[in-house]
Amino acid sequence: MISWDLVANAVVAGILLGGFYAAVSLGVSLTFGLLDVVNIAHPAFVILGAYAAYMMNSTLGLDPILTGVLFTPLFYAIGAGVYRIYYASFERRGEESLRGLVFFFGVLFIIEVALSLTYGVDYRLVEAVYIGKSIELGGIGIAFRLLVPCVVGLLMTLALYLFLSRTFYGRAVMGVSQDQVALRLMGADPVRIKTIAFGIGIAAASLSGALLITIAPVVPSTDRDYIGRVFAIAVLGGLGSIGGTLVASIILGVAESLMATLFGPSWSLAVSFGILLLALAVRPAGLFGR
Amino acid sequence: MADPLLEIDSITKRFGGFLALDRVSLRIRAGERLGLIGPNGSGKTTLINCVSGALPTDAGRILFEGRDVTRLPAHRRTRLGIVRSFQIPKPFASMTVLENLGIPLEYAGLARAHGAGAMEILTMIGLDAKAHLRPSGLTQIEMRKLELARAMAARPKLLISDEAMAGLSSAEVDDILAILFRLNEQGITIIMIEHIMRAVMRFSERVVVLDAGNRIAEGTPAEIVRNPAVERAYLGE
Amino acid sequence: MKTRGALAVGVAVIGLGLALAGLGVNPYVYFAGYVVLQYVVIATAWNVLGGYAGYVNFGTPAFFALGAYTSIFLIEALRAPLPVLILSGGLVAALLGLGIGYLTLRLKGVFFSIATFALSVVLQTLIINWEYVGGAKGYTLIRPPVPFFRSWGVLLFTLMVALAVVTVLVARTIERSWIGRGLAALRDDEDAAECMGVPTLRLKLFATTLSGFFLGVAGAPFPYYVTYVEPSSAFDLNYAVNALAMPMIGGTTTWLGPVIGAVLLGTAQQVATVTISSELNLLIVGVVLVLFVVLAPEGLTGLVRKLRRR
Repeated sequence: MISWDLVANAVVAGILLGGFYAAVSLGVSLTFGLLDVVNIAHPAFVILGAYAAYMMNSTLGLDPILTGVLFTPLFYAIGAGVYRIYYASFERRGEESLRGLVFFFGVLFIIEVALSLTYGVDYRLVEAVYIGKSIELGGIGIAFRLLVPCVVGLLMTLALYLFLSRTFYGRAVMGVSQDQVALRLMGADPVRIKTIAFGIGIAAASLSGALLITIAPVVPSTDRDYIGRVFAIAVLGGLGSIGGTLVASIILGVAESLMATLFGPSWSLAVSFGILLLALAVRPAGLFGR
Repeated sequence: MADPLLEIDSITKRFGGFLALDRVSLRIRAGERLGLIGPNGSGKTTLINCVSGALPTDAGRILFEGRDVTRLPAHRRTRLGIVRSFQIPKPFASMTVLENLGIPLEYAGLARAHGAGAMEILTMIGLDAKAHLRPSGLTQIEMRKLELARAMAARPKLLISDEAMAGLSSAEVDDILAILFRLNEQGITIIMIEHIMRAVMRFSERVVVLDAGNRIAEGTPAEIVRNPAVERAYLGE
Repeated sequence: MKTRGALAVGVAVIGLGLALAGLGVNPYVYFAGYVVLQYVVIATAWNVLGGYAGYVNFGTPAFFALGAYTSIFLIEALRAPLPVLILSGGLVAALLGLGIGYLTLRLKGVFFSIATFALSVVLQTLIINWEYVGGAKGYTLIRPPVPFFRSWGVLLFTLMVALAVVTVLVARTIERSWIGRGLAALRDDEDAAECMGVPTLRLKLFATTLSGFFLGVAGAPFPYYVTYVEPSSAFDLNYAVNALAMPMIGGTTTWLGPVIGAVLLGTAQQVATVTISSELNLLIVGVVLVLFVVLAPEGLTGLVRKLRRR
């Protein structure tokens, strides 16, 4: 018999996980949804952020989330740089599809192998005040190592939403996905706007990487687990819709959590893949799609 | 009209909340030269996309030679004889001009009817000298001609020319018009979508006007020019 | 070169292979040769879909491993002989290709690519949990006495020569046929191709199925080659990267490109594995891939073509 307790715990854990998944997927929702750039390497940047947090934590004892925030400018610069290369090599020439994909795959691969060479294939983890503690609410245990990333993830989602809807650059980013000519007439350079957007996407990866290693230990190949998840969320939530990304993340989180509780943890990846295929087959525009 | 070649019956097309075509109906006689005009965003290209099969319709039927083709994929319609050229030329970049024609010829034209071979078409249209070049080596007007040549290689019964003359000089427009007239003489029904009024008026036997997804006027070129509804559509109230 | 001529060359190559087999040189030559030839098959198979049609498959390990594990399954269940294993491995992988294609090819190419990557991860999870074929612990194959040849190493080498020749001949035939021309059209501009009468969906499904078939064929003899198969080796990311890098380096528009890429990169990697760590080797492949995609997207054959035109 399946106990109600077990299911309730799984659902709550799933919701918390969903908040974290939203953080990881924000970058892709931005770059794939609004800029039409298939940055399949995004999870690799997340792992890079995770290892950055690990490095600072093990050498200087810095809190991982603090590291994530501190490294944001650096990751932003990296993101901007990568986009420039991508743009110069492919987008300008109009050959995005095949070559761009392969390019990002190469980047993913390089990052993963470089991390393997530097840190080996042992699991790395961080230590922080809130990891290991938990509270109880109505009979359901809530672990802080899940709660904190979830809260940060929700804040990130909110911040990005506000940025896109309230600021000039944010609205320009929304505009660049729809009408580049109008944007130019407004005096904004589409390439610059896209560079900023891509940079933000990668900067988000830095912070979400720190959240990732807070939740669970990582190895360089952890990025592969997230490719399916991130794109499943992006498609399900509707490309470019921040609200949709959040909803889809929570759906995925809960589905995975239930799957893991009832059938064992190794099946959770199949869940994201299944959801991806289902979303593609049934409603490719996503729940909130344009 | 007895037995139209193409019958568009109450086509509706939505993009999300935006109604692009609102129960548009149209019948086209075999051998006819029809002009399709309307302000930007009136639904002309959407209509063409629906007829050619590039877009599915939300409601309505399309009948070609009496046969319901509404659910047929685009390549099947091409093989039946409905061929369109693209507003912004879409050549096959890795192939030569001649090879570009080879594709529709092989996949649609040869199976359907006798007619001109690829080299003949290129000669007729004036691109024979560039037959072995890649599209990257063509000028603007040559690219437009290639679009038309490719459509011709599919041996169409109905040719839909989507703004083939935009941005061309007066002489170049006459060039393209001459080709279209010649094709019509050979028996090909032609729908011309254009903004260049002089070309539309000279070419069309009948003109249909679209505005905001609706058919607002129809008649001979002379009648359309005098039609107040048309004037309003283009110039506003 | 007419098809008959190509066939003759193919037979000649197989003959060469047999001759080499008969010579009895250092066994390492056969082992390394097997790997390089395996990559010829993989790269050529990948290119049918990636280079000819323009659809990027990131999940090569899924198809390769499926071929290997189909073999394991049939060995366990029926003690099936090698020819049956190869055919079955190919067919099962072909079905996977058809399935994934059917689900995603009606959408933008990007979704196909993402689906193939995720596919790899999921399939690996499934295999890890399947005890019958060894699961996470792996599967050990005890090879029967080798028929006809001096050793299994030599037999497998010769087999791979034959498989490579067949794969390349098939790819070449397709490239020069009406199918190949249709694939090129849909690669250049899918909408235009569809409107010019090319049945794009059908051709894409054909390419995916054929590509999957030969990837499975490449993987089917794998259990015999390594005798110990574990999921991480069958699903090695190496296959994913090399399947991309080799055609990219050699050139994606023609059958010759993957062959050149496989021979060059494959041989280089065999040499490198002995001298430097396998991880550094992988890193170099990744960097070379990115460099080629950015600077020389048409590969070596493309560069040669450009030089000739001058």
